Amino acid sequence: MKTLMAYLAGLLFGLGLAIGGMTDPARVLGFLDLFGNWDPTLAFVMGGAVITTFIGYRWVLRQPHPLFAAGFQLPTRRDLDARLLGGATLFGVGWGLSGYCPGPAVASLAGPTPPLLALLIAMIVGWWLARQLPASSSRASSSLHRS
Amino acid sequence: MDWMASIQGLIGGVLIGLAAVWLMASLGRIAGISGIVSGLLLDRPQGDSAWRVAFVAGLVSGPLLLALTGSGLGNVVGQSGAVVGEPVAGVTTMLIAGLLVGVGTGIGSGCTSGHGVCGLARLSPRSLAATLTFMAAAIVTVFVVRHVGG
Repeated sequence: MKTLMAYLAGLLFGLGLAIGGMTDPARVLGFLDLFGNWDPTLAFVMGGAVITTFIGYRWVLRQPHPLFAAGFQLPTRRDLDARLLGGATLFGVGWGLSGYCPGPAVASLAGPTPPLLALLIAMIVGWWLARQLPASSSRASSSLHRS
Repeated sequence: MDWMASIQGLIGGVLIGLAAVWLMASLGRIAGISGIVSGLLLDRPQGDSAWRVAFVAGLVSGPLLLALTGSGLGNVVGQSGAVVGEPVAGVTTMLIAGLLVGVGTGIGSGCTSGHGVCGLARLSPRSLAATLTFMAAAIVTVFVVRHVGG
């Protein structure tokens, strides 16, 4: 049952990315190019997603526990550190070079091309490299909330 | 302005939001793609892999379904009906970009979905800072590539 629920969530996510145009790097870069022929589509996608999630989470997180799990697994850290901001900067440069962030890159496997596969393989290598870096002082970034 | 693209963007965004809410309601998990996929491939969590595999299968089958059914619901610039757009650069640029995306989301604990959608919806200060930072870095990068380097 957990597997089916996760599949449905992934399916909705993938449909949303594709219908929203996020599986097209040209759409994404058109948004990031403020000084060119600006494409606002990504702002509508982000806006729709954040507002829907904000409303939905307010209701869901008031429930005692998820339908098919013991508790909600939420990040608890609220401090800003160099890893967070440095990582976000590196990610932003890669995103700006390619027009792919991880979700659209994985979803675009529906229409694979050699550049996309190169990006995905390098992304996995990058995740592995990030895990080799020493962890920051406060490691606990996630905890299980039970009620 | 292309109103059809914007309306589709809004619909797509709502679907992504529903997906995030559904994953939290059913399994109690943040719908962060970099975390879900990197956890699956590199951490191999005992008894915690099946849902990740299923989520990724769903993520790919969404666009695949739209393409195979000829739904015409794709939103690729200048190609009505196309679902997955062409990459904008070759293999070498994509290798560099992929490495940056991987290292960056790895040490920054999230990407556009985890920080940009779920984190902002939870009003997390870390996610707000991360989202503003990667947006700014991406905008500067595109500016340099398109308007300075060219």
